[in-house]
Amino acid sequence: MKVVLQNLTKIYPSRNKKTDSDVIAVNDFSFEIASGDLVGLLGPSGCGKSTALNLICGLQSPTSGSIFFDEDDVTAVPPERRGVGVVFQNYALYPHLTVKENILFPLQNLKGPDKIPKQDMLNRANEVAGLVQIAGLMERKPSELSGGQQQRVAIARALVKMPRILLLDEPFSNLDARLRLQTREELRRIQRQTQITTVFVTHDQEEAMSISDTIIVMRDGKIEQIGKPQQVYDNPANLFVASFLGTPPINVFEGHVANGSAYIGNEAVISGINAENQQVYIGIRPEGFILNRQGPLKCELSRVEAMGRDISIVSKHSASASSIVRSICSESDISFESEQVCFSLKPEKVFLFSKETEERITSA
Amino acid sequence: MANQSSFEKLNKTANAKKKAANAIIYALLSFWAVMILFPFYWMLLTSIKSYSSYNSEFKPMLYTLKPTIDNYKLAFTAVPLSRYFMNTLIFTISATSLMLAITVFSAYAFAKLNFKGKSFAFTLFLALMMIPNELVIVTNFVTITNLGMRNTYLGLVLPSIASVFYIYLLKENFEQIPAELYYAAKVDGTSDLAYLFKVMIPICKPTIFTIAILKAIECWNSYVWPRLITDDANYFVVSNGIQEIRENGFGRENIPAMMAAVVVISVPLIILYFIFRKSIMEGVAHGGTKG
Repeated sequence: MKVVLQNLTKIYPSRNKKTDSDVIAVNDFSFEIASGDLVGLLGPSGCGKSTALNLICGLQSPTSGSIFFDEDDVTAVPPERRGVGVVFQNYALYPHLTVKENILFPLQNLKGPDKIPKQDMLNRANEVAGLVQIAGLMERKPSELSGGQQQRVAIARALVKMPRILLLDEPFSNLDARLRLQTREELRRIQRQTQITTVFVTHDQEEAMSISDTIIVMRDGKIEQIGKPQQVYDNPANLFVASFLGTPPINVFEGHVANGSAYIGNEAVISGINAENQQVYIGIRPEGFILNRQGPLKCELSRVEAMGRDISIVSKHSASASSIVRSICSESDISFESEQVCFSLKPEKVFLFSKETEERITSA
Repeated sequence: MANQSSFEKLNKTANAKKKAANAIIYALLSFWAVMILFPFYWMLLTSIKSYSSYNSEFKPMLYTLKPTIDNYKLAFTAVPLSRYFMNTLIFTISATSLMLAITVFSAYAFAKLNFKGKSFAFTLFLALMMIPNELVIVTNFVTITNLGMRNTYLGLVLPSIASVFYIYLLKENFEQIPAELYYAAKVDGTSDLAYLFKVMIPICKPTIFTIAILKAIECWNSYVWPRLITDDANYFVVSNGIQEIRENGFGRENIPAMMAAVVVISVPLIILYFIFRKSIMEGVAHGGTKG
């Protein structure tokens, strides 16, 4: 099912009008989620992504704007009648019910024409339990399950009523690193299998990048960029998106553009720039550095970290916006006797941003 | 080897110490249990002694060789004990169930709903707890009398169907239920009321059980209020009924028959306790640790 948000805005009125201003949690949101897509809603904490999710599932009502599921306007429809499945951050399983009863719960609440016979309920519960691989745990209470198992029960409970859309709020944040990898693969598998339009909220860019069809990067209630993960990574619209995506994060330098070249300090690090002369931020992805003794970018070497396949070179530069410059290189035959390390740059990994607007300056 | 033997030795002394400690604990507890249970035993014993053998004992006997159930027959035939019993049952069940309904709904309102003046209303409620019961009894008496409800079940039940303390207790318990469960229940298709009955009440079952049982015991044992508000023997409950029996039934000196009546009216509470022993303990322990 397709989900369309139109000019969606949510304002939390301030408690004290004199001292605080209203909080705009979601600001003029408009986008469309294609049917069967897995969408990652990504942003730092407090950027309004959970609010956006709550608006979609109806737990909060928007100040203005509208929400459509396919052609139906569901803006005023209460959550219990929207047909959404939600997985909450702490799973919110009913502690007094067994796993089976938890999964049956949404079905038992169906009323009127949607009501289904008991045997069908059991069959469906067993089916989704098989899908998320918890068939052997049906008689347990949530307190007797591990975090990963609880999360699967929560997904099963959200899926059992065959929702038109599945929403997940930070679904992996309570899991340890290994389990997180495993369950996000599983989520991907389940989502492919069921073809349910899915939106999940996360602050972890790696998580969003790895399993989403589309990512939406948010900041302060506004959409910064929408696109396929790799596309957004390769073509960030502004400095915020560029620095939010990628681990290790992008290295930002202060520089300027003059006569078709970008300068850091007095060194022209990249040429062939088709932009006016101006002050800029230069963002360089860690993998955009090439070790080169004649390279234009000269940094003061701090240390070299082995990362297995690659090496990570930590250095300093006076024009860098952060205290260190981290680059990832595969050449390990360089000897580091000197205090200085020099790089040339891969042009496709270097982005220029206007110093005023922090918007990307696209060079031809 | 030396190591092992010294370990065994240590182990042995530790075990011996544990055993000694256990022995002392058990001895003390047994003593205490006897202290507590002896009056019950005495009551039961006296109730199965015949009037004549009881009176012929110039030294009280700790046992009897000729048990009889005549006293029980007498308790049910000579005096309207079964009438009192029924009255008490009606009083207890209606007061407890009404109180539970009121407690659950008001606790829900105070814990989960938002309405104007909520905290002010709750403060007023709590302030009520500061007023001693004895004072309230006077005003209640005047009110119920003015309403013409003396010698009615309603008059018996009405003043005790709202308990500030139990509302407070349950409200605290309700508030511990995370808000996300509410949201989950909402998207799972429940109305607010269904959420209360399907999620909140089952989760807080131990507390609600405790409240129900404590209230039932309180009703069963209540004396002052029934004594004040009823002077028609048709509305006597067991507590003031037993006094009536003592004054005007068997006569003051027929202690065995009295004891039989007392046993009869204690039995329901004892049964109640044995059925819900676990829940009572759970509820009390829960209340103890969580607040």
